[in-house]
Amino acid sequence: MAERIATIASRVGLHARPAAVFTEAARGTGLDITIAAQDAPVADAVDASSILALMSLGIHHGDRVVLRAEGPDAEAALDALSRILETDHDA
Amino acid sequence: MQENFSGVGVAPGRVLGPVRQMPKPVQEPHANVNIPTDVTVESQAARVKDAAKAVQAELRSRAATAAREGKEVLEATALMAADPMLIKSAVKLLSPEAPGGARTAERAVWEAAATVAETLKGLGGYMAERVADVLDVRARIVAELRGLPAPGIPSSEGPFILAAEDLAPADTATLDPAKVIALITSGGGPQSHTAILARALGLPAVVAAPGVDDIADGTEVYVDGAAGTITTEPSEELRVAAKAWATQASTLAAFTGDNALADGYRVPLLANVGTGTDAVKAADAGAEGVGLLRTEFCFLDRDTEPTVEEQIAAYGAVFAAFPNKKVVVRTLDAGADKPLPFLTNADEPNPALGVRGYRTDLTSPGVLERQLHAIAAAEAEHEAEVWVMAPMISTAAEASRFAALCAEAGLKTPGVMVEVPSAALTAAAVLSEVSFASLGTNDLTQYAMAADRQLGPLATLNDPWQPAVLHLVKLTADGAATAAAATATAKPVGVCGEAAADPALAAVLIGLGVTTLSMSPRALSAVAAVLKTVTLARAQQLAALALAAPSAATSRSIVREHLPVLDDLGL
Repeated sequence: MAERIATIASRVGLHARPAAVFTEAARGTGLDITIAAQDAPVADAVDASSILALMSLGIHHGDRVVLRAEGPDAEAALDALSRILETDHDA
Repeated sequence: MQENFSGVGVAPGRVLGPVRQMPKPVQEPHANVNIPTDVTVESQAARVKDAAKAVQAELRSRAATAAREGKEVLEATALMAADPMLIKSAVKLLSPEAPGGARTAERAVWEAAATVAETLKGLGGYMAERVADVLDVRARIVAELRGLPAPGIPSSEGPFILAAEDLAPADTATLDPAKVIALITSGGGPQSHTAILARALGLPAVVAAPGVDDIADGTEVYVDGAAGTITTEPSEELRVAAKAWATQASTLAAFTGDNALADGYRVPLLANVGTGTDAVKAADAGAEGVGLLRTEFCFLDRDTEPTVEEQIAAYGAVFAAFPNKKVVVRTLDAGADKPLPFLTNADEPNPALGVRGYRTDLTSPGVLERQLHAIAAAEAEHEAEVWVMAPMISTAAEASRFAALCAEAGLKTPGVMVEVPSAALTAAAVLSEVSFASLGTNDLTQYAMAADRQLGPLATLNDPWQPAVLHLVKLTADGAATAAAATATAKPVGVCGEAAADPALAAVLIGLGVTTLSMSPRALSAVAAVLKTVTLARAQQLAALALAAPSAATSRSIVREHLPVLDDLGL
């Protein structure tokens, strides 16, 4: 299992627009990717391709999250997704 | 058979066109419906998925043609429509093993979305504001499952007259003024969102006209937005009237500034704006300044206080559009229908009477001081003549404290909004503390008449023509005159509510002693066209007639009779 920790850069947290950009990208990878708050149990991780699940996590600016995925392309996919989270979409 | 409907005319204009009804809100699907044994969970799951995909496709196609702001919202909403978590939890509720038993497809979607909405609401702030999007998606999927038209403004090839019970602020984002030529509603009042939207877009509109939400789609009707009437099977005479208005509207002289009455008495006409973009449009429309800068409109999408730098940039953009002209800045007017998460508490039982406007300084001290410093800093960077006023001032003591805060920030011209009746009743004392007052007639009417602005059944109470409201305007102007004499400084009183945009009422307000009028830029040319036919003495006579009238309706009709120019211009 590949794992990445990312810090949320968007000033208003993962609200609709940055969440939309991220979930579209997660779906685009074709992998089963999960996202959770850094200190949350693995069981609480949610489907990264669901905008509603993502928004329900209530992630704020500066929070750290964990992305997890399996498969041969997982490393590259998670690198790309972390970059999206670490970009300020409100700028 | 010809049918007539009458209501309150809120924006003038005479037009003819087919009616399109706004679909009724989607009703909650029944729980505990017995599901026939031949209906399989799989077939229901497929219906849910198909409906969700259809709604997503519809929202995506609308996003493709929307402008930038609306586009992003629609794209995010489209993603919510076919959200994997939403569909998964709805599908779970279709199963007989679900707690509480199997649901219908409609009910399953309803409950699954309600759970998501509840979670987002619990998170508060920005996420809570997205609840409306989730509920909108839910209504669309349920309508799709039922084979009903999608909620929201109907789409149409040609222009149409939009009929509804009332419009919500959210509908205003999707209303295309190129398609919608008039608004008619069975509910709402003169200060409802429908009315404000109609004036801002310059669309003829009639509100609180019972029955119009039952007119069949496609029926041709004639709407008179000044008289407040709607007529089916319009006669030849009405067709001619509509045609004449179309010609007049296009030839109504563009406003060029330097507004004056027939005798040369100057009455500056200013604009109400919310952003720098609005201000540029207002300047292009000839506004002689800004009578109301609604600073909260710069920050309505925020759940944190804007930084001083952000504020300086936002206010500066407005000042830049009006060099050497007056710009009246209203400090944050949060609360009631304009909540700002960083200032207001959404759980007040009675928000209109709650901690709103200037009062938020009690619960969030520091925000106002920082705003005043930002206004002063923006003023230093531009040439505009900056005046600053506080909303919801009730006492002279509050006015005095606000003036002191302005002085500390280096702002020279402090003022107050008069919208609470107590401020009008004690205007001489209030105006002794500050340099000017601006009457917010929308709230002043709602408080004087104890009638909620948004309620259709109270529309006749909620009318700025109510003699009680006009008396409060006069008390304010008289109090200002007393304060001016006592302090030997001028104490101008303006009006920045919707009342200023009604050309007949504008004449009455001037007659009552108001010195400037501020309005939606769309209204400038009509108000100027009427005022230039009236002398100050005539305006004072009209004001006396209006004050003495026994009702709002009589007051309006007497004044209109004395202003035949209104009919000539179709106003």
